[in-house]
Amino acid sequence: MAHAQGQQHPIGVYLKIWGLLFILSTASYLVDYFHFQGYLRWSLIILFMFLKAGLIVAVFMHMIWERLALMYAILVPPLLLIVLLGIGAFEGNYTFLTRGTFFGTGSEVPVKHR
Amino acid sequence: MTQPAMTSSAESLPLAGGLQGVVADLSSDQRAFKNVPWGKAMMWIFLLSDTFIFSCFLISYMWVRISTTEPWPNPSEVFALTLWGHKIPLILIAIMTFVLISSSGTMAMAVKFGYEKNKKMTFVLLLITAALGATFVGMQAFEWTKLIVEEGVRPWSNPMGAPQFGATFFMITGFHGTHVSIGVIFLIIVAIKVLRGDLDHERPGFMTGRKGSYEIVEIMGLYWHFVDLVWVFIFAFFYLW
Repeated sequence: MAHAQGQQHPIGVYLKIWGLLFILSTASYLVDYFHFQGYLRWSLIILFMFLKAGLIVAVFMHMIWERLALMYAILVPPLLLIVLLGIGAFEGNYTFLTRGTFFGTGSEVPVKHR
Repeated sequence: MTQPAMTSSAESLPLAGGLQGVVADLSSDQRAFKNVPWGKAMMWIFLLSDTFIFSCFLISYMWVRISTTEPWPNPSEVFALTLWGHKIPLILIAIMTFVLISSSGTMAMAVKFGYEKNKKMTFVLLLITAALGATFVGMQAFEWTKLIVEEGVRPWSNPMGAPQFGATFFMITGFHGTHVSIGVIFLIIVAIKVLRGDLDHERPGFMTGRKGSYEIVEIMGLYWHFVDLVWVFIFAFFYLW
């Protein structure tokens, strides 16, 4: 591991990752092109997305060659976003149901009471 | 005055690895991030904060898309283009993705040649990266024009369905496009510094007394790869979902 003179890695590493990113992007485009739907579509999109993100952070941004202290400092805090994601999904579904009840076609609530 | 004898022990002790290394680094009463110039550590911390900003946008987008009672337009059709008589779904966005990934590839190589002090290659690759970035912004301008003028989408309304589509689309892609544009400007500045030999001769920059070095190419690279990284998430969640 070359650290004193900065991050130096053979050019082949970058070219291979570049190629992989092209393949993964094509794959995620094909998910849309072939009209995959439902859970198959969503799981494939998320799989390709995380693979691409991982390759970019690990190799292009040199994260796998950094010390663990920096890795943890940068990669652990975003896990907090899972909580926000959960709250958003929960609240979004609730709002949707509420709108369905009050503004939907089968509304029981008279207009003047809105 | 006699000079005190210099017995340098700096950097001679081996750094611990693994989890012990994490504890040792953070409790060392010195700078916590070893082997990393502080400019690079600061760029990483800035990118962490930017991660939260973009995540807030994307999670808000999820929220409004879940909660809207009106139909969400199908991005596959909205962003289709008619090329050579065929209507190809989402093709513009696919091309933009490939352009941005290619710019990330050339940026990574620019960093490599920078550390090898290969001035010419670094300059050329930085310039190609900037050109690809500008191409991306150009295509985004085309996409926005098409959506605003032909489809009539506004941040507050959308003839194809949910008005939230316009709001989140302009907010998210606008913020990302701004990042790309700023990146292109900084790429050109760094490229000029490389070409002039500012980094070889360790000349300080315009607003700093710090010596120039090829580290700034890597720090610039971190920002640029981050812009590509954000696009990966926007592509997945906004355009493909």
